[in-house]
Amino acid sequence: MAGEILVATNVLEYPYTRTVGPVLGAFFTGLREGRIQGVRAADGRVLVPPTEYDPLTSEELTEMVDVGQAGVVTTWAWVYAPRPLHPLDRPFAWVLVRLDGADTSMLHALDAGEPERMSTGMRVRVRWREGRVGEIQDIACFEPETPS
Amino acid sequence: MRDVAVVAFAQSRAVRAEEGANEVEILMPVVSAAIERSGVPRKEIGFTVSGSCDYLAGVPFAFVQGLDAVGAWPPIRESHVEMDGAWALYEAWVRLQHGDVDSALVYAFGKSSLGDLPQVLTLQLDPYCMAPLWPDSISIAALQARAWLEAGHDEREMAEVAARSRKAALANPMAQVAQDLTPEELLKQPYLVSPLRRHDCPPISDGAAAVVLAAGGLAREVSERPAWIRGIDHRIEPHGLGVRDLTHSPSTRLAGERAGVGRATVDVAELHAPFSFQEVILRQALGLGPDVEVNPSGGALAANVMMGAGLVRIGEAAGRVSDGGAGRAVAHATSGPCLQQNLVCVLEADQ
Amino acid sequence: MTEAGPDPNEPVRSIRAPVHLEYHFMPGRASSRFLRGVEQGRLLGQRCPQCAKVYVPPRGACAACGVPTDEEVEVADRGTVTTFCVVNVPFHGQKIKLPYVSATILLDGADIGLFHLLQEVDAEKVHMGMRVEAVWAPPEQRKPTLESILHFRPSGEPDADYETYKDHV
Ligand SMILES: [Zn+2]
Repeated sequence: MAGEILVATNVLEYPYTRTVGPVLGAFFTGLREGRIQGVRAADGRVLVPPTEYDPLTSEELTEMVDVGQAGVVTTWAWVYAPRPLHPLDRPFAWVLVRLDGADTSMLHALDAGEPERMSTGMRVRVRWREGRVGEIQDIACFEPETPS
Repeated sequence: MRDVAVVAFAQSRAVRAEEGANEVEILMPVVSAAIERSGVPRKEIGFTVSGSCDYLAGVPFAFVQGLDAVGAWPPIRESHVEMDGAWALYEAWVRLQHGDVDSALVYAFGKSSLGDLPQVLTLQLDPYCMAPLWPDSISIAALQARAWLEAGHDEREMAEVAARSRKAALANPMAQVAQDLTPEELLKQPYLVSPLRRHDCPPISDGAAAVVLAAGGLAREVSERPAWIRGIDHRIEPHGLGVRDLTHSPSTRLAGERAGVGRATVDVAELHAPFSFQEVILRQALGLGPDVEVNPSGGALAANVMMGAGLVRIGEAAGRVSDGGAGRAVAHATSGPCLQQNLVCVLEADQ
Repeated sequence: MTEAGPDPNEPVRSIRAPVHLEYHFMPGRASSRFLRGVEQGRLLGQRCPQCAKVYVPPRGACAACGVPTDEEVEVADRGTVTTFCVVNVPFHGQKIKLPYVSATILLDGADIGLFHLLQEVDAEKVHMGMRVEAVWAPPEQRKPTLESILHFRPSGEPDADYETYKDHV
């Protein structure tokens, strides 16, 4: 029909491979081995995930340190309807987690089952994925430390 | 420093999906209206700069197509930022300081309806430790909202901002979401991503905006009441959410100080707070008391053209100065996750 | 996955970070009108109200004047080759046999060239000023895409005088 507005599906696909550098490389190598490492800043703070440069002072950082595999939730958001690309296909919480021994918190998903189990400050621990390859998804998600 | 003023502003009516028109067709009437209102002949405009984002439409170099709306022949001086148009306006203001041109056209456009915007915005996150988990923009804002709530706020404050903004939008013909509901009614709604309800989130909008700047004598010649830019500054914080204090906006505070917000009384402020609670953070960062009218346009909760909503704040604030409704106005624009980057602009009428 | 995974004994040097996003592309009013016309075997352009140039395909705006182009004009499905290239390089997804000619064709009545294939002619015989005509797909196979024109071919008319297209090279 003349004049009718056309629509075409357009899929954008970038098969990016990203080189990760020495610090994130060590972090991802550690994840593959089932360890979590941060990087120590000049003032003693431990940043997890680690960065090559201190985000506050821009100093180069190189000293990797192991941190715990459990920690506390510093903030959270409950997802009632997960999106197709989300890490879990059932309702879950996005969380910022400060791991034991770390001074910053990292983003990940928490498999808590229901929002009533959530609270800021709750203890959570890593749930590793089978067949780790050295990427952030090697942490399948976090789970509450105390079973429901 | 050279005096530079906003002398014209135009915007399209924000809609969820502009199905008929492509970006150029959305942009062209807006650019033409801004130029016409400015009184500066199109071919005499000294500098043109735009803000847009290729990922919104999934088309590389989207800004090149956008130029079709401008009339770039004979060849013009042109620039582009892959940012909100407010940052394009900053570049134009700097360009006018060079002194060799007296006017600038700034425009921005976004057609978010072509893709899944909350997911597209994942691509602005750290690509190593965050983006591979595909957190969407609403989830990221919800993490900030919870941190803010637990720092001593409550959900009623959020609902009050949402209710006031959508009510104000009833008087704004360009707004997309306008309604008169009380905070109590809003608080009965279910969560979208808790602690955010749908009304705490901005609409997804298609649209465009354009501003014309003029320097010194030209501004006085073409405008009865130019909105002079008396201060403008922008600041950015680290990217990682886990290294920032999400309950405050230090970058807004610093930009506000550098722009001179506190030097005199503020009559009206247009704050780019895509999520309801962010308005409270921004008010505090800018030191705006309860007597300052905020977002009479309805703000980003009423219409949120990606890459344009910040420029719209400047246009709306300037409009209030030029129509005599305000003597001194503050406009703010934000970019990035959880108010990572912030621009503050102070606009004043002639004393 | 066809390629071998990274060596699990080596430190991690890179991550896979694929991006997959789906969009609904909309060409807009002017291009939609054009593509619907193509489906019917017609070429519809738009004339600029200021400089009178005719754009095919139209985009709803004159890029030189920055004004909307509302007036619709139909142009011929034949025209003049203003420039061309001979493609000898194979690339992924190629559908056409090498070598082939891509040409910019100034349709009679239009002011900007249309990019399309030129076939039914030896590559070395193609030249600027050559007159060509569209070879349409059979009506029942036409869709709202420029592929509804299978290609252009020489029309047999004498070459166009350089003066007639010198402003469009
Ligand atoms: Zn024209």
